[in-house]
Amino acid sequence: MVNLGVKLHKLNLRNPVMTASGTFGYGEEFDDFIDVNALGGIIVKATTSKHREGNAYPRMAETPMGMLNAVGLQNKGVDYFVDKIYPKLLKYSNCIVANVSDSTVEGYVEVAEKMNRLDHIAAIELNISCPNVKEGGMAFGTSCPSAIAVTRAVREVYDKTLIVKLSPNVTSITEIALAVEEAGADAVSLINTLLGMAIDAEKRKPVLSTITGGLSGPAIKPVALRMVWQVARAVKIPVIGIGGITTTADAIEFMLAGASAIQVGTANFVDPQATVKIIAGIEDYLVRHRINDVGQLIGALNT
Amino acid sequence: MRTFFLLLISIPGLMKKHIIDFKILTNTALNHNHNLLEMESAVPLPEMLPGQFAEVRVDGSETTYLRRPFSIHRVDYSSNTMHLLIKSVGKGTETLAGLKPGDKLNVMLPLGNGFPLEENKKVLLVGGGCGIAPLWFLAKELKLKNCSTDLLIGGRSARDILMADDYRQFATVHIATEDGSLGETGMVTGHSVLKSESLPYRSIYCCGPDGMMRAVSHIAEKQGIPCLVSLENTMACGIGACLCCVVDTNQGHRCVCTDGPVFNSLELKGWSAETEVGCSLDK
Repeated sequence: MVNLGVKLHKLNLRNPVMTASGTFGYGEEFDDFIDVNALGGIIVKATTSKHREGNAYPRMAETPMGMLNAVGLQNKGVDYFVDKIYPKLLKYSNCIVANVSDSTVEGYVEVAEKMNRLDHIAAIELNISCPNVKEGGMAFGTSCPSAIAVTRAVREVYDKTLIVKLSPNVTSITEIALAVEEAGADAVSLINTLLGMAIDAEKRKPVLSTITGGLSGPAIKPVALRMVWQVARAVKIPVIGIGGITTTADAIEFMLAGASAIQVGTANFVDPQATVKIIAGIEDYLVRHRINDVGQLIGALNT
Repeated sequence: MRTFFLLLISIPGLMKKHIIDFKILTNTALNHNHNLLEMESAVPLPEMLPGQFAEVRVDGSETTYLRRPFSIHRVDYSSNTMHLLIKSVGKGTETLAGLKPGDKLNVMLPLGNGFPLEENKKVLLVGGGCGIAPLWFLAKELKLKNCSTDLLIGGRSARDILMADDYRQFATVHIATEDGSLGETGMVTGHSVLKSESLPYRSIYCCGPDGMMRAVSHIAEKQGIPCLVSLENTMACGIGACLCCVVDTNQGHRCVCTDGPVFNSLELKGWSAETEVGCSLDK
């Protein structure tokens, strides 16, 4: 019997497979297809201090081996989350993580404070990397001083595990990772989407209403893998790998590069059962390689 | 009748969604860019409603990553078979149009809400091009509910009018083509069945190009007839997780995949003739 459990700061995950925010709704959308409790954890759709309608349609453009999105943090705000969505999450016994975003430091703090009071939310993932909102979002995650400011402010009001989700749209993601570690982050997750663009040549128009959007899917995996490897070597806190993970091999590669856990994102749209297939695949891999603890894969790359 | 409607609308959210591997039985080319795929499931098909859709995985196309949504065109529970109508508009749909008998097709279904069904009423169905896809299943169910159905099909030319004769078993079929090669000449909105100042229909069901649906909706609105439109937006997940396929409604952005694809046209922002700017019915 192999051990699939991993420890992520104070979180005990039953396995290293989680779902990326914005690709898994609030879990219930997937209840018909998988046992959501079988996952290591789920990171639910981003919550902001106020209701947001998100960006205008069209918000999505398919690209080779991936997609661009410009949803823009559509959600009903933290108070709605607490009243209406949180009670529905109580049925899950695995690790539930809230993704927190906003336009101002005060907004991030307000959401974090309210999430702190919810017993069943084991951690928050601070989203300082959404490329699809005009103010805030990625702006916080692309410079060290602003990343430090928002992480510090949230750290002061949030007692549980604080994960900071990093943007790949920077010159050095390692510098940002070190900055948020210094500011009190318990873990970092990376990468959020890569800023991209799609054009309809026939119409001479951008495909997305916002012109640019966030690229995800297998197309970004090599970039994500490289960044996870760089960051994992630089920081002491755990790293969660995200970026185009679709298969068991993808998940294993991220762990070898130094990730303590991984998030499956866009693949959920193509195969709602991708996560549970990856979990089964990791178990097979461990048996095949005579490894009895998945933790032994973390950073075990032979270079 | 109202409570019946509400009851029916509430069912789709409770219907369990499935992922099923189908085997292609036949692939019939209907014209230059439409194919009818008949497929069989090894497991019993779940109950589906007219207007609901399926998300189809496209294997064997290197540029197609996401699933493709298609209306449930026909379903036969006794033989566990289903038909999808495919219009080739890009690499993904072209790959599906090239499927051969025996090929596998991975399908998520049933998704979305479906049309609210009338009973013992006179109704009109309007389909433009491949917009007739959900209307087969709908016309069949309406007949079972003892409705008297008129079906108006529109297209540019005779070759765009698909399977009109096959629909006659469920409905009185009317045709409009822009070039006059079949049926009346002009758009569906100029057809004689829509000319009356007091249309005899309890509901109008519509699926087709955006402009056509808006124009039909304006006619229905003028006469106080509910117009149910089936929307087609670019989708990723099909199950309400990604929030990509939203449409602007009176209640803000809503997902076409889970809150639709069928909407009462007056729920949609900018669809009412009173609020729309620069639109003429006579166009």
